[in-house]
Amino acid sequence: MPGPVQSIERAAAILRLLAASPGRLGAGEIAGSLGLARGTAHGILRTLELVGFVERDEATGKYQLGAALLHLGTSYLDVNELRSRAINWADALASRSGEAVRIGTLLDGRVLVVHHVFRPDDSLQAMDVGTLLPLHATALGKVLLAHDAHAAASVRDAVLEPYCRRTVTDHKELGRALARVRDNGWASEVEELSIGEAAVAAPIRGHGGLVVGAIGVSGAVERVCDARRVPVPALVAYVRDAARAVSRDLGGTRW
Amino acid sequence: MTERYVMSIDQGTTSTRCILFDHGGRLVSVAQREHRQHFPRPGWVEHDPVEIWRNLERIAPEALAQAGVTARQVAAVGIANQRETTVLWDRITGVPIGRAIVWQDTRTSALVDELGRGPGASIVPERSGLPLATYFSAPRIRWTLDHTPGLRERAERGEVLFGTMESWLIWNLSGGPDGGVHVTDVTNASRTLLMDLRTLAWDDGLLSFFDVPRAMLPEIRSSTETYGTARRVFPGVRIGAALGDQQAALFGQTCFAPGETKCTYGTGAFLLMNTGTTPVRSGNGLLTTVGYKIGDEDAVYALEGSIAVTGALVQWFRDGLGLIGTAPEIETLARSVDDNGGCYIVPAFSGLFAPHWRGEARGIIVGLTSYITKNHLARAVLEATGWQTREVVDAMNRDSGLSLRELKADGGMTSDNLLMQIVADVLNVPVERPMVVETVSLGAAYAAGLAVGYWADLEGLRRNWHRAARWVPAMDTRRRDAEYDNWRRAVERTFGWIRPGEDGDGTAPA
Repeated sequence: MPGPVQSIERAAAILRLLAASPGRLGAGEIAGSLGLARGTAHGILRTLELVGFVERDEATGKYQLGAALLHLGTSYLDVNELRSRAINWADALASRSGEAVRIGTLLDGRVLVVHHVFRPDDSLQAMDVGTLLPLHATALGKVLLAHDAHAAASVRDAVLEPYCRRTVTDHKELGRALARVRDNGWASEVEELSIGEAAVAAPIRGHGGLVVGAIGVSGAVERVCDARRVPVPALVAYVRDAARAVSRDLGGTRW
Repeated sequence: MTERYVMSIDQGTTSTRCILFDHGGRLVSVAQREHRQHFPRPGWVEHDPVEIWRNLERIAPEALAQAGVTARQVAAVGIANQRETTVLWDRITGVPIGRAIVWQDTRTSALVDELGRGPGASIVPERSGLPLATYFSAPRIRWTLDHTPGLRERAERGEVLFGTMESWLIWNLSGGPDGGVHVTDVTNASRTLLMDLRTLAWDDGLLSFFDVPRAMLPEIRSSTETYGTARRVFPGVRIGAALGDQQAALFGQTCFAPGETKCTYGTGAFLLMNTGTTPVRSGNGLLTTVGYKIGDEDAVYALEGSIAVTGALVQWFRDGLGLIGTAPEIETLARSVDDNGGCYIVPAFSGLFAPHWRGEARGIIVGLTSYITKNHLARAVLEATGWQTREVVDAMNRDSGLSLRELKADGGMTSDNLLMQIVADVLNVPVERPMVVETVSLGAAYAAGLAVGYWADLEGLRRNWHRAARWVPAMDTRRRDAEYDNWRRAVERTFGWIRPGEDGDGTAPA
């Protein structure tokens, strides 16, 4: 087993120090208190600032605990913030793929649609932002399930409702599908929610690789899939590129 | 054959952005950098032109690298810019004379009052199509000439140049002190108060009214034509277009036919209607402006309703009050209540623009009771944008004799679904957003691509337009009327706050 990671121990010490301090502390004071080189303390502080765990006062340059720490238990990223950061890439995805785009996040065991871009054919379509979709029968939901142990556990205890003949209703089969999603980096759904429709989705990641949502396209099965009912590789590439672009904007740079 | 792209530069009020577009008008990469807002005194707003130029030097290679594209693959570069912001610089050294004075700046209010009382002031609206107001560039040039010793003489000798942001950037891109071209386009020139709207040339009467030397002015060119070749940042790439940001958005929304209208929601909001090749005079507080001019074709004019503060109110809610961490969180707060609780915010931070044009108005929050929470305030912030849009649409309907049947909205704030629903509700017409919300950048790219033949014609551009979202009105008529009435009463209460002879901060000058 690998030993403890030194920089994480130091980061924890800095957070404890700031939590115990009645006022803000400068980088020099923090380095002095913990016996760290100034540059080391500075690097850790900058990283903690990036993830929102500490905040730096513009005027004095001193640090305090960040607001993100207070909200650790609640939502990581405001859904309206997510939409605003993703809107350009979601548009480009709809335009390239020719299909409708949705972005979903987890809400109480379902997929909450937080953003919807119409299929770019100028036909009459209704906005379905705010709609809740089932996790196990959508590509967006499978992406979210595959990357959230708690949600996956809650689904394991529930009956998987069938929407179509092809809806995955067997827990073992769903488990295998989710493992494939993690391996491949994308999910699909072919006539599992409604007849004639298919979808592809990929994870949106924030700092440290945390999955904060899923972005995907959906449309007629004959457009989304090839003759073998497998999603068209070009479409999958568009979806993954869009997911990566949004992730890059959110600070999840490695993906 | 390697794929080619068009680069747009959107030099905006808060940031500069480079966006690369492909032939389908799709966004390929984005790089952005904010610049500092300087507020040296109440009512003063400044930007550092050197900082903005350096930002461009930095983000342009980023945008190329993100897409894995070299400058050789860029067919043309187009510029859209914050309008009316005034830069003066030294022709020999390239060094700016002080900071740029931004469009929101009201330091010229006393000068504008004085000029307005003087003889011959009626030529300003007659020839420029615009009211004499602090919003436009000419009073800022005059103010700087008056307040900088020796500057007027240097300007008369042609040693000092004036430009709005596009002129500053084109001059620097094309070589700066080393052969830079000093040009502006008709849309930006139409916002100076110095250009005759019909002849599209600098007007001697206006120049002498404002006492601005002709030698410092850029050459007025079309919105789409090759001004020159970049020697810096994108070496060898043709600079093919420049448009004021709102005109660029009109172009990006492909509003090419008379009657077509768009509204862009950013720091402020700007509703523009294409009125064809003849300028239409407003009787309802709208501006007559140039929409665009393609090469040698006739200029296309537009009616404009300008709202000074929309997104800026959300920014104030975030930075001034600290009630939210990021701008989109306003929607989260506002959604947590069903209505405004009886509270209205009129953001007359630097007076009110269209349709009121009341420079002496200042912002208010009315209807405060102990019931009001920050959530109600957040709702009132979004509703302020809705009602301000309504006032401008009403004026546009009266001037054009048409009634707007659908609003094409764009800009960053269209990611706020609640706001878009509010706009649809208060206008009582559907609101739709195009597939590219960055229409300012897209318009600059379209115009530049058109200049170099990357796109063949306007019809081709039109085919790129697709609807990405649509919001339909869902508000009860009685409630809409009652709320509009409350809003109008709130607006009346902002009037006359700054008394004649007072400075913008409400105190009498020493």
